[in-house]
Amino acid sequence: MTEDNAVAIRNARPEDIDTVIRLDELGTGLAKPDYWHDIFAGYVRQPGAGRFFLIAEAAGAVVGFIVGETRIWEFGSPSCGWVFAVNVSPERREGGIGSHLLEAICERFRRSGVDTVRTMISRRDPLNLAFFRSQGLTAGPYIELERRLD
Amino acid sequence: MRLQKSTLFALYAVLELARENDRQMSTGDIAERYDISPHHLSKVMRQLVRSGLIQSVRGAGGGYRFSGNAKRVTLLDIIDLFEPSNPAVEGDEEDPAGATSVARALDSVRGEIDELTRATLQSITLRSLLKYAPAEVGEEAVAG
Ligand SMILES: CC(C)(COP(=O)(O)OP(=O)(O)OC[C@H]1O[C@@H](n2cnc3c(N)ncnc32)[C@H](O)[C@@H]1OP(=O)(O)O)[C@@H](O)C(=O)NCCC(=O)NCCS
Repeated sequence: MTEDNAVAIRNARPEDIDTVIRLDELGTGLAKPDYWHDIFAGYVRQPGAGRFFLIAEAAGAVVGFIVGETRIWEFGSPSCGWVFAVNVSPERREGGIGSHLLEAICERFRRSGVDTVRTMISRRDPLNLAFFRSQGLTAGPYIELERRLD
Repeated sequence: MRLQKSTLFALYAVLELARENDRQMSTGDIAERYDISPHHLSKVMRQLVRSGLIQSVRGAGGGYRFSGNAKRVTLLDIIDLFEPSNPAVEGDEEDPAGATSVARALDSVRGEIDELTRATLQSITLRSLLKYAPAEVGEEAVAG
């Protein structure tokens, strides 16, 4: 697609925070400024090892982002790359930007020495599920479990 | 997961036709490739035409062509055309055991599995599946 060529991927900068909050609100219908301030503190301002917050930029505007980190020994799992947020500006979707962002973070994960990328998506979120499926992710060897704490 | 023959044939046929834009194949071509009954497959093809997913092509060559959107049609869309509705949900109403707490707990486990199955099938578009099905020897590469 045409947009694809014009998109550059870079590390997030502190001044991206408002756009990220807005994009996330557009995507999820919920504004979470406190959450994003925490994430920016630990992934952008002083990123710990293996933590990545990447921005897709087109013509000087932020058009998408992806966040993830390498994690190790959760219930015996050797280290892997975890993606826990991805978002593309609604008017720029389906132009390859999401794929570009995922490929870029996977490249960072590879360079950190991990060979698997993992994520967790709601069963009731067909868009994100279809996106990650299209990128070759399949069910992993873990089953996610939960219980209400009544 | 167990699928009926018709469902599996429909998946083969639709995926085979959707491999490339404007690909045209006859029932005989598809049946031969998958080593399945052409008679059974032709019934499946008629149902697929009625659903709008494929079109029959007249004239030279003839056969069928995929007429859906491979980026949007999912495995579940095709499976739902051929499989009876979810048996874990169906039937339980008539089952007197359904009122017991054990039956309800078992039901809930089956529900978990069914929900996961459906979410998985719904997340895989034809295009996504084909992306990871390499062209076989002597065949052209998958388009797109
Ligand atoms: C999921 C998302 C990141 C995809 O971004 P994108 O830039 O549109 O993705 P791409 O253009 O790279 O698409 C890659 C593949 O994803 C799949 N896909 C994307 N949009 C799709 C849609 N609407 N329906 C079905 N599949 C879709 C396709 O298979 C596509 O490949 P194709 O173009 O070859 O068909 C984007 O839709 C998004 O931001 N959604 C909201 C995310 C969200 O809710 N975030 C909040 C939690 S952090």
